[in-house]
Amino acid sequence: MEIIVCIKHVPETAEADITIDESGKRIEVEDLVFDINEWDDYALEEAVQLKEKLGGSVTAMTVGSEEGDSTLRKCLARGADRAIRLTDKAFEGSDGYATAKILHRAIKELPYDLILTGAQAGDDGYAQVGVTLAELLGVPHATMVKKVEFSGDQARVNRELEGGLEAVIEMKLPALITIQTGINEPRYVSIMGIRKAKSKEIKVLGLKELGLKEDEVGKAGSWMTVERMFVPPVEKEVEILEGTSDEVTTKITDILRAKGLI
Amino acid sequence: MTELFVLAEHRQGEIRDVTFELLTKGKELAKKTSTDLTAIVLGHNAGNHAKRLADHAKRVLVIEDPRLENFNSEAYQMVLSQLISQRKPSLTLMGHTAFGVDLAPSLATELNLPLATDCVDLDFEGETLTVIRQVYGGKVNVKARVRKSEGYIVTIRPATFETEEGTPLGGKIVTIESPLSEDIEYKRFIEYVQPPAGEVDITAADSLIGIGRGIKDADNMPMMEELAATLGGVLVCSRPIVDKEWLPADRQVGTSGKTVKPKLYIAVGISGAFQHLTGMKNSDLIIAINKDPKAPIFRVADYGVVEDLFKIVPSLKSKISEAREAHT
Ligand SMILES: Cc1cc2nc3c(=O)[nH]c(=O)nc-3n(C[C@H](O)[C@H](O)[C@H](O)COP(=O)(O)OP(=O)(O)OC[C@H]3O[C@@H](n4cnc5c(N)ncnc54)[C@H](O)[C@@H]3O)c2cc1C
Repeated sequence: MEIIVCIKHVPETAEADITIDESGKRIEVEDLVFDINEWDDYALEEAVQLKEKLGGSVTAMTVGSEEGDSTLRKCLARGADRAIRLTDKAFEGSDGYATAKILHRAIKELPYDLILTGAQAGDDGYAQVGVTLAELLGVPHATMVKKVEFSGDQARVNRELEGGLEAVIEMKLPALITIQTGINEPRYVSIMGIRKAKSKEIKVLGLKELGLKEDEVGKAGSWMTVERMFVPPVEKEVEILEGTSDEVTTKITDILRAKGLI
Repeated sequence: MTELFVLAEHRQGEIRDVTFELLTKGKELAKKTSTDLTAIVLGHNAGNHAKRLADHAKRVLVIEDPRLENFNSEAYQMVLSQLISQRKPSLTLMGHTAFGVDLAPSLATELNLPLATDCVDLDFEGETLTVIRQVYGGKVNVKARVRKSEGYIVTIRPATFETEEGTPLGGKIVTIESPLSEDIEYKRFIEYVQPPAGEVDITAADSLIGIGRGIKDADNMPMMEELAATLGGVLVCSRPIVDKEWLPADRQVGTSGKTVKPKLYIAVGISGAFQHLTGMKNSDLIIAINKDPKAPIFRVADYGVVEDLFKIVPSLKSKISEAREAHT
């Protein structure tokens, strides 16, 4: 089975101090740590497990700057056979739609039975690139998948719906599947794997090689233009309990006692 | 008159809440832009759905077909792309749900209409559609302009707008013949799989301790179990804890888990992604413990502690324990 996995190199923001930069349209990224997008981590693992079971190969692909190489190398170390980075000055500022167009140009030239992406990216959270890409390629798709099986030219997948309900869907291959977290247990990279991956080639393709025009990608080729960023409003005014750990936990206990909760 | 479409979402015979949230927002936008609010429902034996929707829209378009009973994006896209090409609504709204996420991007791409996903607000400013989206796990909001077009598709985050039960609008119900002629070629809906019933019903507990990725390691689970036991509450969690299999799936709070409304919810090391907040923000009393003062969880909490949870939890456990002993 020939599998292509689309990967995004994203900043880790759950624990980081995020500040909006002077332009008001971006966040400061200098001090942030970048890594593989959480959902893509599971997508890559699924691809590698399918390859191990069914044979074939895995190609990891990303749109972005050279900095994404560390993530691509991690993919190689974890079992991807090839890595392709789609990079061009003209791609900067691409939204989900423009990103899907770039991936489409690269993927349509390659052999594939299955394309995997994450269900969404943890940074801009469009949850859109995979399904848009499927439509551009003219292949069926299923989103937020927690289980994948194959028989003949059919993929049988469990989609995760709200409240823990799942829907079982059958699709003809080739197909595109967006992967939900928890579908597998992403493996750790072995030291050996990292060493080997260092010398592997990362193929780089730009606007010209992909036969794209400047106005199809980047800001010009996007549906969305950022006007400004701001801190979300609060829904409730929180009272922050200050003091030493001991003082704070006394306060919590007092609150719970006053409310009859202990 | 131009129409504004709201696509109704239903599953296993029930219209989903998000539909009425969208109709409430749709009504406001239709009024502002002098367009007609039209609810669209695709289904089989959808008459009852249509009647309910008629209270909330000027018009209800019903497309009846056995192949539309259970959601299949391929069939839904065929029907909707025809309908949208013919009637050219100024805007089509749907939920940013398992349904909308599977449908909107391919539909928009086929129709070459701009799409904005997971929006928490939207407005027409003159001719321009602007949307507000939340990014970076809920830490930042973005206001964005959508490229000018004769129509747009927007998916809206569930539980963003409150449903208003105004005077019934008495919308006209119009049944349209299903345009599905050929077979659905690529994709088939097979069945639903219900989640297994859990050991404990977390929706029935008065006190919940919710733990998140901040607890870092499986070795810290006993400490959290002890806190819950001392409090006489039940340990629940955010999704990563279930993904790592530290707790079973029936303990997960959020959109893909359970919605809870206990008397007390203590969130420990949970950032507060919207998928989690949707499941717990209506709890009576919310206390959040997180070392990041900007964590979105603090935006829905009553009390907050900005501190390393490993300093707070042991002390809290012994204080509660003392208080309980003094009480008995
Ligand atoms: C379709 C879909 C459905 C989903 N459904 C759900 C759902 O039902 N429920 C759900 O929860 N999520 C769900 N998610 C996932 C959701 O988007 C988030 O990824 C998830 O909620 C994050 O969990 P978390 O807050 O535990 O982890 P993180 O976002 O990683 O946050 C960890 C927090 O711990 C804090 N922390 C770390 N160390 C410490 C310390 N020592 N002391 C104090 N604080 C510390 C950090 O500051 C941070 O705020 C869903 C996602 C998708 C795409």
